[in-house]
Amino acid sequence: MALLAGLAVLVCSPAVILVSGCIMDGDELRLYLSPVLLENRTSFASWSLLPQTPSLRSVVELLLDSPEFFHMFWNSIAITGGILLGQLLVGAPAAWGFARYRFPLRGPLFTLYLILMLMPFQVTMLSSYLALDRMRLNDTLWAVILPGAFSTFPVFIMYRFFRAIPEAIIESARLDARNAFQIFWHIGVPLGSAGIVSALVLGFLESWNLIEQPMAFLKNKTLWPLSLYLPNIGLSDAGPAFAGAVLTLAPAFLVFLSGRDHLEQGIVASAVKE
Amino acid sequence: MKRRVKRGEWAGALFLLPSLGGVLVFVLVPFVDVIRRSFANAITEEWVGLKNYGDVLANPAFRLACWNTLRFSAVCLPALLGISLVIGVILQKKTKLGDGVKTAFLFPMAIPVASVVLVWRVLFEKQGLLNGLLNSWGLSTVEWMDSPTAFWVLVGSYLWKNLGYDVVLWMAGLSSISNAIYEAARIDGAGEWTIFRRITLPCLLPTLFTVSVLSLLNSFKVFREAYLVAGDYPHRSMYLLQHLFNNWFRDLSFDRMAAGAVLTAMVILCLIGLLRKGFDRE
Repeated sequence: MALLAGLAVLVCSPAVILVSGCIMDGDELRLYLSPVLLENRTSFASWSLLPQTPSLRSVVELLLDSPEFFHMFWNSIAITGGILLGQLLVGAPAAWGFARYRFPLRGPLFTLYLILMLMPFQVTMLSSYLALDRMRLNDTLWAVILPGAFSTFPVFIMYRFFRAIPEAIIESARLDARNAFQIFWHIGVPLGSAGIVSALVLGFLESWNLIEQPMAFLKNKTLWPLSLYLPNIGLSDAGPAFAGAVLTLAPAFLVFLSGRDHLEQGIVASAVKE
Repeated sequence: MKRRVKRGEWAGALFLLPSLGGVLVFVLVPFVDVIRRSFANAITEEWVGLKNYGDVLANPAFRLACWNTLRFSAVCLPALLGISLVIGVILQKKTKLGDGVKTAFLFPMAIPVASVVLVWRVLFEKQGLLNGLLNSWGLSTVEWMDSPTAFWVLVGSYLWKNLGYDVVLWMAGLSSISNAIYEAARIDGAGEWTIFRRITLPCLLPTLFTVSVLSLLNSFKVFREAYLVAGDYPHRSMYLLQHLFNNWFRDLSFDRMAAGAVLTAMVILCLIGLLRKGFDRE
């Protein structure tokens, strides 16, 4: 167990390095990293987890001097928000349909969704590109949002939770409700809310982190999200680079902290079973 | 489930409709087009039969990428599955510390790749932190990203990112084994190791299939780290199928890409078939 705790600390250490780099003074940072930055050095980079003079200068510098950072931050928010909203509006009803009804072709369609969930991006990359091209959506944020919104992954997560609602509750609701949508809205959504949140937490971590999709569908760099833009701030600009890395990490960290239990439930629900 | 009237059944289809529409428009219909293109010339769109498939299979870059991707999965999956199972078993006895440890292992899932590549650079540069550490211990330094060790850096980064996910999956599998079986075995005088081997492992078989398929799929995402650290053409030991697809895409070789996508889809379909068979044993 002690060994495991040690390993756990090691696993979290990259984040500690990022944060210490972020609150480090620019000169101190350059001093530590100079062997990496300058050619033909024989010494090695060093590090200190406790900066001598902690300051938030790098953060201020990044926020004041690089308007593109704000821009990319906004792009990331727009992409992530758009994808999550789409997954909610489209994915939740689909999951409800799969979980509570037996309509014709349900089995084959369910298998199809399962297969699509398991396909890596590279398989669907060209087909998505062709579809987006035909709709003239390439080089707009929609090119990243729409395929993400129709991902079948959140459907599966929510399916597991909707499925777990006892049939008796729904039967009794059927007596009061006027139509099928009301049952979904008044019974399904509240009772399956844990599943919806789980899907959203997993969806956030994924959409905040998109690399392949914007790289393929967005030629115009002003549309790039942080996940793709950030690595362009080289180590020579170490202060802003570390500040940017921490500011990108921060929203994901908050979602992780507040949604940890839902994240776990979501992971368990992703275990494909019928 | 209870049989319902016909009208009610169609309501289910209505719930699915918006989602299915999007899937059709963005994935399925264009994928049919991709299949057509895989048999056609990229520019003239003439039918060329299996030529594209032949080109792809004969392409040295494709072979290298396939070999690396296979090797990557063959090394990573057993390592990840094994390590996460051990951690899962240890963490099963619920303690406060154990809960914190589990959270720590999940944390890398939340760290954006774009943030962590910065750490990777500082660590693995020729004059970077790791070499500094090796040097201070009197060991010779390593060209981490410009030698076959690049492959192992990628393996490490995959394990780092996915351990938590798999630990959670294993623990869910472990908690579904009923305590009664364990107690019965203990009464019969079975040792802990025998119980693990004869009860825990066989009961985890269905979980094993799930964990391996999900881990395999997550393994495709290491491209993010690989790409952001080393760019379009990394050291050849970590040139993956994903790099190749990316480069084909940039060069607009849509014919090869189409054939490659169909081939990859077929391999993955076979793997899913395997998974299904695994569930049938359940």
